[in-house]
Amino acid sequence: MAAHAERVSAVSVRGLVRRFGQRTVLDGLDLDIAPGEFVALLGRSGSGKSTLLRAVAGLDYDVVGGGELRVPREVAVAFQDSRLLPWLRVLDNVVLGIPGDARERGRRALAEVGLGGRERAWPDQLSGGEQQRVALARCLVREPAVLLADEPFGALDALTRIRMHDLLRELCARHRPAVLLVTHDVDEAVELADRVVVLEEGRIALDVPITLPAPRSHRDPLFQSHRDRLLLALGITEGTTP
Amino acid sequence: MTQTLAPPARTAVVPPRAAAPAVRRRRLGPGTPLPYGRAAGPLLVVALWCAASATGWLDPRLLSAPWTVVDTGVALVRDGTLPDSVLTSLRRAGLGFLIGGVAGTALALAAGLSRVGEALIDGTVQVKRAIPSLGLIPLLILWLGIGEGFKVVVIAIGVAVTLYLQTHASLTGIDKRYVELAEVVGLSRRQFVRKVVFPGALPGFFVGLRLGVTGSWLFLIVLEQINATSGIGYLMFQAQNYGQSDVIVVGLVVYGLFGFASDAVLRLVERRVLSWRRTLSG
Repeated sequence: MAAHAERVSAVSVRGLVRRFGQRTVLDGLDLDIAPGEFVALLGRSGSGKSTLLRAVAGLDYDVVGGGELRVPREVAVAFQDSRLLPWLRVLDNVVLGIPGDARERGRRALAEVGLGGRERAWPDQLSGGEQQRVALARCLVREPAVLLADEPFGALDALTRIRMHDLLRELCARHRPAVLLVTHDVDEAVELADRVVVLEEGRIALDVPITLPAPRSHRDPLFQSHRDRLLLALGITEGTTP
Repeated sequence: MTQTLAPPARTAVVPPRAAAPAVRRRRLGPGTPLPYGRAAGPLLVVALWCAASATGWLDPRLLSAPWTVVDTGVALVRDGTLPDSVLTSLRRAGLGFLIGGVAGTALALAAGLSRVGEALIDGTVQVKRAIPSLGLIPLLILWLGIGEGFKVVVIAIGVAVTLYLQTHASLTGIDKRYVELAEVVGLSRRQFVRKVVFPGALPGFFVGLRLGVTGSWLFLIVLEQINATSGIGYLMFQAQNYGQSDVIVVGLVVYGLFGFASDAVLRLVERRVLSWRRTLSG
């Protein structure tokens, strides 16, 4: 467990406990995310990934538990589904909830995700990948200090996912939010994150910094070794090396 | 001569015949629609009616001939009877529909947006729902007499309940994920109602409107035939007493036009307002 240095962190979680009935999902969890740091959160289903993300997002009311959470006000959340309101046009979805006239900013955000010119489209007229890009624009336009993403690419096809990875990496490099990305895809985690955290039984089982050079290649032996180590931590013993 | 060649020829013919139409499925669907097919049934009925009247097979005391009905309609319009009756009926139905619509929508919003409202309103309306609105007529006559107010109130109650049920169901059926999104992007309560609740409840609201408008015509017909001294129903009731089947048919045609026109208008408005849904229904 690589204890993070006690400097200013964007997100700070101390001794977080969450229980559902008899089951303790998060069991005294500590986590720090530095400003601009990209953390990927891995874990088997039921390990508490989503519970942690929802706690950080402030979406867990009526939940039993305790602990200390320090999260800035400017948090944006990307869900697994794009969650666009079908009765609002694309641009209105992007600027939803932003006070004042944010349409110009919304237009710029849409252009940044490659959807300039689709402002007046209805969400249902877009493909799944495009909808998810609108959702990213909706996060971006808020200039978040922290971006929380709950398997945002889980429902996309493999090709679209690759393009979304590139886009997300690009956007994060430009805007530098702290990111907490929940995923079950080990490759995705190693490819995108500065640090990968593996959750097991409500605690952090593994915390690995990924220091690979910028265009990360799956063929890189270092990439492979990170991948094998993470898979092992997730309980998959056979390191599949082609 | 060719007979002798037949056996080999037959074997040679068989494979192509079996293979020719690769897979031809028996068509089970009804096929392409006939042009103006929907008008065919009603036109046939009118044609039969004309034929039966012309041949004298249809007793005009039971059902007047189509041309008699048209003549009577024109005469009733000329002497002002029909326009007056139509206006009276429209006022009753329109007023009842408006008041009921506003009340039903307001109640649905109150019940859908607050737990207190739900506790007070929803149960009450559900109990009312079990009692047919027409069953309230004796009590309402006792309270309000048989004037215009009574008619408007009966229609309004019926419309309000219909609109309440549909709007409330669609309000409470709004996807929880949208509520979560509204929290994440930090909508205020007012913004939440305006951007998520209203648009989300609109489809149900429109179903309620269309059922409500049909209901208001239904109540109107019943009310005007029990105790009224004016209106389309009264006109028809009088005609029944004097055995004027032509006037009765004119009244039916007017009711039909009312129902058809109001539904068409609502459908048009619905298409406009819910234009985001057109992409779903193709």
